[in-house]
Amino acid sequence: MRALYFAWVRERIGKAEEELTPPPEVTTIGGMIDWLKTRGEEYAYAFENARSIRAAIDRAHVKHDAPISGAREVAFFPPMTGG
Amino acid sequence: MGLQPTIRVQREPFNAAAEAEALTAGRTDIGAVVTFTGLCRDEGGRLAELDLEHYPGMAETEIGRVADETLRRWPLHGLAVVHRYGPIRPGEPIVLVVTTSSHRMAAFEAAEFLMDYLKSNAPFWKKELLAEGAEGDWVDTKPEDEHALARW
Repeated sequence: MRALYFAWVRERIGKAEEELTPPPEVTTIGGMIDWLKTRGEEYAYAFENARSIRAAIDRAHVKHDAPISGAREVAFFPPMTGG
Repeated sequence: MGLQPTIRVQREPFNAAAEAEALTAGRTDIGAVVTFTGLCRDEGGRLAELDLEHYPGMAETEIGRVADETLRRWPLHGLAVVHRYGPIRPGEPIVLVVTTSSHRMAAFEAAEFLMDYLKSNAPFWKKELLAEGAEGDWVDTKPEDEHALARW
């Protein structure tokens, strides 16, 4: 799947997007955040406060318990400041 | 037949009067037009520029979703939303909402509802560039923006 990062999540990880294949035991957004944290210091920093991370699957907002199976594009970002 | 809202996400500035004119030209059934424009503040001289990052594709989709919800809840004749991204200087417009209806209440309420939802749900993030040229921080969400949602 394609993973996208925005705002300070992007800055902390140091990239805007990448292709990822989470292991089979990772089934939800929350599980994916925990898995990403193990991928390096930059990820651990970006996701240190998981509660403040918002996510979208295929461009629709989802909660952390949302299943990721079948997702083509998963995005992680801080709370939005639009308007 | 469903009303098709005008939704644009763009880098360049917009003309609020022209967008309102586009929704009212040639019509005699509209009794109210509400035009809301959100501007970039300089925060008392502290801020030189806001850099708005957005999620291309999702920004349009999410604004469209909120626009559809607005049209379900209020009897509008027309609806336009324009949201900018990229560098925006103090005094420049960031976001535009135009609503038209037969009576003022629907146009006022719908515009407020839309703005409240865009604040917390449209995938945009503001980064500050400070007047001294230093890179500022990402703008934090405000508790009052979350509270504003509760009234709907």
